[in-house]
Amino acid sequence: MSENEKRDLKEKNLNQNNAVSQKHLRHFLDIENLPKSLILDILDLAESFAGVSGQPVKKVPLLRGKTIINLFFEASTRTRTTFELAAKRLSADFLNINIDFSATKKGETLLDTLRNLEAMHCDMFIVRHPSSGAAEFISKNVSQNTSVINAGDGRHAHPTQAMLDIFTIRKYFPDFTKIKIAIVGDILHSRVARSLMHALRILEVPDVRVIGPKTLLPKGIEHMGVTSYVNMDEGIKDCNVVIMLRLQNERMDSSFIPDEHEYYNLYGFTPKRLGMIAKNGIVMHPGPVNRGVEISSEVADGDRSVILQQVSNGIAVRMAILSLSMQP
Amino acid sequence: MKYSKEQTADLLLKIENSLREYLLKNNIENPIIIGVHTGGAWVADWLHKALGFKGKAASLNISFYRDDFSRVGVNPKVEPSEMPVSIDEKHIILVDDVLFTGRTTRAAINEIFDFGRPLSVTLVVLVQRNGRELPIAADIIGETLELDNNKNIKLLGPDPIILEIIDKEN
Repeated sequence: MSENEKRDLKEKNLNQNNAVSQKHLRHFLDIENLPKSLILDILDLAESFAGVSGQPVKKVPLLRGKTIINLFFEASTRTRTTFELAAKRLSADFLNINIDFSATKKGETLLDTLRNLEAMHCDMFIVRHPSSGAAEFISKNVSQNTSVINAGDGRHAHPTQAMLDIFTIRKYFPDFTKIKIAIVGDILHSRVARSLMHALRILEVPDVRVIGPKTLLPKGIEHMGVTSYVNMDEGIKDCNVVIMLRLQNERMDSSFIPDEHEYYNLYGFTPKRLGMIAKNGIVMHPGPVNRGVEISSEVADGDRSVILQQVSNGIAVRMAILSLSMQP
Repeated sequence: MKYSKEQTADLLLKIENSLREYLLKNNIENPIIIGVHTGGAWVADWLHKALGFKGKAASLNISFYRDDFSRVGVNPKVEPSEMPVSIDEKHIILVDDVLFTGRTTRAAINEIFDFGRPLSVTLVVLVQRNGRELPIAADIIGETLELDNNKNIKLLGPDPIILEIIDKEN
């Protein structure tokens, strides 16, 4: 079997794991192998769900009687709460399991915890975990009728964040094939950046740039169909969308970057740099924002910033993903 | 079997006249007309205009309120409901093209109550057929048909609106 055939087979298997057919999801683990049509279906359905948040009763009975469990092994505010709101707006029963204080601390294995939760007849796990591949591992160990959604696994993927990002981008730029997008910051450690690059490739965005210090740009990243820039001013020039990434504090002490101040000088999104992007350009950030480190307050709170819209959109997009994963 | 444009127009005129009488008799002024997506919304828009109201009728897409999600799931191409005004303390004229099992009407009433608390809900349908599965009846009816199980009623539109009876797809 040739390398190409092996890759095709691997992709086929992954496809089957991700999507039962072109139309339906079973698990939502990664964007990498999703067909474009399914990504567009999720965006369209999210568009319809967006209206629910404007109703006096912010709820539809679609997932009434279903039980969804948030299984978070890592701290999160936005992702955890927007998943919770999404599930509740679909009328599902919803549980938050805080692993820090739960049985795994008493020595129970992950699989034992899973089996116990499954014995309570839950229909879906939403998993966030510091290890790459954790959500996929769980998806392989749940019973046939249980769905698993990846809410961020290690450095691997954060597919629902990428979905809400492209949903937000489409609000401003309906034609993905005519825009320039820059992702700025710690590309190396960012699961958001990885998932986004896959989504933008599938949606055929012609010009995707990644910008950051050499130490934070993965080697061979050009294979993902992006152009890399070390100089931010060159990279963001004329971009329609600039997505800033959080500089994770835990990287500060290491040799990845010199210091916060210098990082801000080189890669901070300042009002001056805002003037370099396209006139209709927007600024995005997955949060939490480190003001004065990767972005200035003027830009983060300015009228070109859609950071809070990203949060609101996260609810509708997650409603779409939850309901499509629960399809019969 | 296809109704002609004129035959369908006669049905529309019939429900328009019945609705005028009904509103007069029940002292209802300024009702809110709501159509069920898609056929019902076309009929609702037609009535809205015929009664001299401004703008478009409100529309409901009941996809998220259906009772068969566990069996058939949800279609991603759902056009959102449009409810431009508050329905609190208002009389609602709920319009659908066909009343069949009654399940769509149930879902529509459920959705209406998520937008507020109306004073009343009146059901207007262009056609009702046999096959009710719920205790739901229309107040104003264009035509009543007895059809075999293998037949479906379809509405073409929005301009002109034409009624058609077709064989059910497998």
